[in-house]
This record gives sequence, structure tokens and C-alpha cells, in this order.
Amino acid sequence: MAKDGYFNPDDLKRFGEITRYQKTLGKKYFDYYNEVFKEGALTVREKALIALAVAHVVQCPYCIDAYTEECLKNGADEEEMMEAIHVAAAIRSGASLVFGVQMINHIEKKTM
Amino acid sequence: MRQATQTLRRLRSPLAQTRYQLKVLHQPIETHAFPTFADTLRQHGKYPLKRAKLEILQLNLGKLCNQTCRHCHVDAGPDRKDEVMSKELLQRALDLVRIHHIPTVDLTGGAPEMNPHFRWFVEQCSAVCSHIIDRCNLTIITAGKQYRDLPQFFARHGLHIVSSLPHYSKNRTDAQRGEGVFEASIEALRMLNDVGYGQPDSNLQLDLVFNPTGAFLPSQQCTLERVYKDKLLRKYGIRFNRLIVITNMPINRFLDYLLQTGQYEQYMQTLIDAFNPATVDGLMCRNTLSVSWDGYLYDCDFNQMLDLKINHTSPHLLDIDIDSLEGLPIALHQACYGCTAGAGSSCSGEIAS
Repeated sequence: MAKDGYFNPDDLKRFGEITRYQKTLGKKYFDYYNEVFKEGALTVREKALIALAVAHVVQCPYCIDAYTEECLKNGADEEEMMEAIHVAAAIRSGASLVFGVQMINHIEKKTM
Repeated sequence: MRQATQTLRRLRSPLAQTRYQLKVLHQPIETHAFPTFADTLRQHGKYPLKRAKLEILQLNLGKLCNQTCRHCHVDAGPDRKDEVMSKELLQRALDLVRIHHIPTVDLTGGAPEMNPHFRWFVEQCSAVCSHIIDRCNLTIITAGKQYRDLPQFFARHGLHIVSSLPHYSKNRTDAQRGEGVFEASIEALRMLNDVGYGQPDSNLQLDLVFNPTGAFLPSQQCTLERVYKDKLLRKYGIRFNRLIVITNMPINRFLDYLLQTGQYEQYMQTLIDAFNPATVDGLMCRNTLSVSWDGYLYDCDFNQMLDLKINHTSPHLLDIDIDSLEGLPIALHQACYGCTAGAGSSCSGEIAS
């Protein structure tokens, strides 16, 4: 990716700067974010795999880099990580395909 | 089993010279220099770092190994046949353990079991020391019929076994340690379990070591241990006691990997950014005496590999005065950041949970 392109990997380190023009909301966001990713009913590892899957759905290259590394740090392997993004892809494609029923309904309505 | 790589020595890499490694670690990167480890300690009021009471005598029985792992900080391998500790030095180590009542003897390598005096030393040492650690790479147990009874031998002498298994998946493990290592390791773990190692009703301690299979820091030890225990038991029926999490040190073959893949600068920055002052008092260099195969003395295994000898006028096992070690300043360098990153890293795992 070009240094002056839309996605510069170095920008991820500057994520904290989003507090620059809205300190209160920015801080609340990071407090929330940090709380979400703490060990809870789900483990840190499970949360990293969910985040990796979601990163692929929202197609965020920063999130993909960050959560690939987070999954590796937490001991996930390639198989588990690929399976996680297949879950995301299955839901995403299912969300399109389920509208096929609407298409079928409309076909039935419009045809003899 | 296929070797993952070759030793730096065999490849005639400039990194095989410790002076060259130190030069790489201390030279500025492009336009900036990393803060020195000593300066970082100074900033946190932790300088100079001094040796505490000796608790662990760590003996490198030799650089000879049946594996050539891609991250090895020793640059061990099958070609390092001429670098194994002599019986004379082992006898001297035994005398020290007996006279000074050193609580723990930690045997490492290479594959320590490949030293021809390994069994003799363990037999003698177990009579004078109640805690002997053997850092076993697992595959040595299946490497030939002369090694297949090692589990029984370990059990007979109550050795504490600490074994590297960088991942519970074949892909990750073999990528770091060589094709076929995972399967051989699983077979060896079953053999250790069969003689009582890692079993809930047994005193035979079996710990596994996780170190990242790439240029990233490990996560929390307790989280990883839960996953490891679950995966190894469910899939292979294997039990163990503790998971020890270790950070990869930017020296020898891991340094070579970082430089070859263009990740050196980023990795060093990651280590420096993750500096945790709470780890400093518990660093293993404070209570360990590391002895090289040829008898020289170091504050830790990593200093040994960089040939930074202990700060003493007589840094050799044959001349050692154990009582004069406490309070000596520890030799520091940039790779020390590897032990203070995050929760810290030592031969016993995390330092500050």
C-alpha cells in the first residue's frame, strides 16, 4: 500500500489521535473498547477470534492486521482463524441469500 | 524429521560472531537510535541492576542438538558436536552444588541428553540436589533407541521436565522446529505421561513452553495454559502441569529471522514500548548463574550466547568464588528488553502477571 494512500499501516499506531477534536467522546470510546476486550464471560482469545471475523465483514485492514496478531498472541492457529472468517463469510453470504425468499415471493406474486 | 534450517555457524553467517550481533543490536536504525536498556532502567530508578542471592545453577551441557529450530537463541544443531561440557567441569559443578547447597540445577543445551556424561551427572547430582530441571526438546526421546528409556530415567531421578512445544497445532510447531517435530513431540509426551509425568496424582512435574512462532509477543500465561491443556487433552489425551510463556529474544537465529524478514526494527520497538518496570526485580539474571559448555560464567543464558561474561575478574567455573557474586552489576544490552516486555519473560515464564 502506498504511503500516501488511504490505508497506511502506520496510521494504526495513531488510532489514539481520534480523541483530538472530541476528547470526551474519544475517551469514552476507548474506555468502552478496553472494557469490552477484557477477560469476561468470553475469554480474551475468543474475543480476538470474534474481532478477527468481524474485521473481515467490515473489511477494515487495520483491524485485520491488529486482530490477526492478537489471535496469534493468544495461541490461535491458522485453521481456527480461517474457520472464524468462514463463519463471518457464511453469515454475510446468508444475509444476502435469505433475501432470495423475498425474490421467490415476488416471482410468485408476479407470475402465473 | 526434517531440520527447519541450518546453524548460523554452518551457514557462515556474520551473525555467528557474537560481536557482530551486539553491533547490530546497538547500532542506530536509520535516523534514530533506540534508548539503551541501561538508560531505560535508569529512568525507572532500577539502575544499576545487581545480582541477588544465587538460587539456580544453569548448565549449558552443549550446543549439540538433534533439531535446528528457526528461533534458537543458542544456534544449536547437529553440527555442533565439538561444543559439549566435559566431565571435569561437570564434577566441579557438582562440588559447588554440594558445598553451597544450591537449591536448583537447570540443565539446558542444545539437547542436554546428548552430552555423553548426562546420565552420570544426573545420578550424582540427584544425591545432592532435590530440584533438577532438564530442558528437554521432547524429540530426543524418540531420536534413537539409546534415548527411548529417558522417560524412565527422568522419573527415577525425579527430574523436573521443561519442554518446548510452541504450539498445539502441527503447522505452527513444525514451521518453527522442523517437519515431523510435532508428531515426535506428541509421541514423547505420551511416553512421559505413561511413566507418571504431568499426571494429577503424581509428583513428576512436566511443564511445556510456549514461545511465539513469529515476531509478536505472547499473551497471558494463564489464558494460554487453559487453551493448551484443553486442546492437548481433548485431541491427544496428553496432560501436563504448567505452561511457561517465553518471549523470543532478538539474538542468534531469531535475530537472523527478524533481519531476513525486515521485522527487526518493528520487533525491537514492540519490546521497548512494552517495557514493564514491574518485571525488573524478578529477572532471572539476578538469581541465576549460567555456565557455558566450556565453563565460562554469565548472568543468564542470553548473555552467554552474546558472550557477555559475568562482571568478575575470574569468570570461569574452575576459579569461581560463589560468595563474591551477590551484588555484582549485571551485564546489560539491548536484547534485555525481551525479558522486560509485557508480563516479562524468564526460564520460568512470566515474571509479573
